[in-house]
Amino acid sequence: MIETQVKLEEKIAGAKFNLTLKRWFIWGGIVFFFLNLLGVIGTVIISSFGQEWFSGWLPHGWTTSFYIMAWQNYQVYGLLRVTLEIAITVVLISILVGAPAAYALARRKFPGKKLVMLCFLLPIMLPPITYGIPLATFIYKLHLGGKILGVIVVNLVPAIPFVILVLTPFIEQIDPKLEAAARMCGANTRQIFIKILMPLIVPGLLAAGLLVLVQTVALFELTYLVSGPGSTTLVVALYYAVFASGIRPYQAISAMAVFYMLTTLFILILALRYVNPTQMVTQANTKRNSDNH
Amino acid sequence: MALETKHSLKHYFADRGVDRVLVLIIPALTMMLVFFVYPSIYGIFLSFHPINHSGFLGNYKSFFHDTYMRRTIFNTFRIALPVSIINISAALPVAVYVRKYVKRTRPINTLLVIPMSLGTVLIAEGLYAYLNPSGWLNQTLMDVGIISQPLRLLQNFWGVIISLVISGFPFAFLLMLSYASSINPSLELAASTLGANSRQVFRFITFPLLAPGLAITFCLNFVLAFSVFPSAELLGNPSGDSHVLAIAAADAVTQKFDYSMASTISIISAFFELFVIASVFLLRSKLYSGSTAGTKG
Repeated sequence: MIETQVKLEEKIAGAKFNLTLKRWFIWGGIVFFFLNLLGVIGTVIISSFGQEWFSGWLPHGWTTSFYIMAWQNYQVYGLLRVTLEIAITVVLISILVGAPAAYALARRKFPGKKLVMLCFLLPIMLPPITYGIPLATFIYKLHLGGKILGVIVVNLVPAIPFVILVLTPFIEQIDPKLEAAARMCGANTRQIFIKILMPLIVPGLLAAGLLVLVQTVALFELTYLVSGPGSTTLVVALYYAVFASGIRPYQAISAMAVFYMLTTLFILILALRYVNPTQMVTQANTKRNSDNH
Repeated sequence: MALETKHSLKHYFADRGVDRVLVLIIPALTMMLVFFVYPSIYGIFLSFHPINHSGFLGNYKSFFHDTYMRRTIFNTFRIALPVSIINISAALPVAVYVRKYVKRTRPINTLLVIPMSLGTVLIAEGLYAYLNPSGWLNQTLMDVGIISQPLRLLQNFWGVIISLVISGFPFAFLLMLSYASSINPSLELAASTLGANSRQVFRFITFPLLAPGLAITFCLNFVLAFSVFPSAELLGNPSGDSHVLAIAAADAVTQKFDYSMASTISIISAFFELFVIASVFLLRSKLYSGSTAGTKG
């Protein structure tokens, strides 16, 4: 009797030890990951303020002159304006086009629905570069290559399906009886839309819009393939700057990276007030993330 | 009579869900057909019409006959496979642990979303300085005394791998966490009650329920790693062992303006992607698939 108790205690102690070991291992891993991430981001920020930094932990002197240089030489203001212009247009169009489709997909079952869904799923599942090249070819054929309109069109291809996939489960949750009741009370379609549906859908629209905004600002491949002078976004310009590093001091590139980082983080913080971080990855299984709210 | 058939036809369609509401899909569907489906078909057509008129399969022949081009397939796999395996094998235990023992996951999730939304270009830019022989990583390792000479992590295989882990791990983790959170904890509790130890619970309950999610996470991670070229271009050795399919395709467009060859390369890369995804799903179909909620049905 006592013997089994001792054995059990030993077993429990062993399990506890295992758990502690696991905890250390996992938290250690997480901390290691974040330390490296901090190192990557920290290097960019510090080098942008440094005068000369060939070796050692920190630069030999501090300056903000590279920000002025980046602002002027890389025309950061212009890039920022183009980026936001493109991103906001993409958000507005993708919601205007995507939301009605999401409504129809949430409310109706019809023959061929699976095929239509596949059409909306593929641009999200496929990597941009695979369909981006034929798409870029097509855009150049339409003489939209290098133009802002071309970049907007290209960015709409993943954005519209994204809006649809975020909104469809959201609309499915809204009870259709509400619409039926409003109609019973004599409301016409427009009134139902404005007074019943809109107030209920607004949080979903906001979430979808912000997610598309984050994505479009960071989307590199598609924009890279069709943009030209005057339609280059910040991230593509950053790529060109790093690619041709050596022409300008590294600190200026870092300063530009900081401008890009601030833009992205600003939008991200704004977005995270309304959406769950997991929503950024779970487009593929959207059914679930509407429950996470 | 005419009126009646008209009505009955309308009812016939309405019963099958075809009514005026479906008009709402038309704008979105048109956009997709014009800017996604048509260009894809056009790309396939284009790939069979080489600009040097070398015949129907000319592009494919010249791709597979050229050792430098043929190697892009191997290079891509050599980067994408280890990266996806590293990412999911790190994400799985962390996600299972976090779901079980961490109550407030939001801070971790929020921090992890940052590298994802910064994008591969910025990560590459930062790593370029961070992994430098005089960068912080090598400094730390040398000061601690783990290494005596700086590690060479740039312009080769390792820089690309590290950058894809930094952008891919958060993605894999968040996806795995959302799958893990959907498993009803009472299933594991029931197993423990029946005397299973924690290893057995993981082996026989958690893992089989997570397997479908694991397959999807692997695929999405693989596809990401398969096609991301900024990191290979900026941190790797883009004319040597980091000359991946995506770089070859992008170069064909931006430098040679050979859209026909570029389409060929993207079709080849799509083929290999789909091949891997299909094999993963074939494997997955042999495992349990069904509800993870543990309720009736």
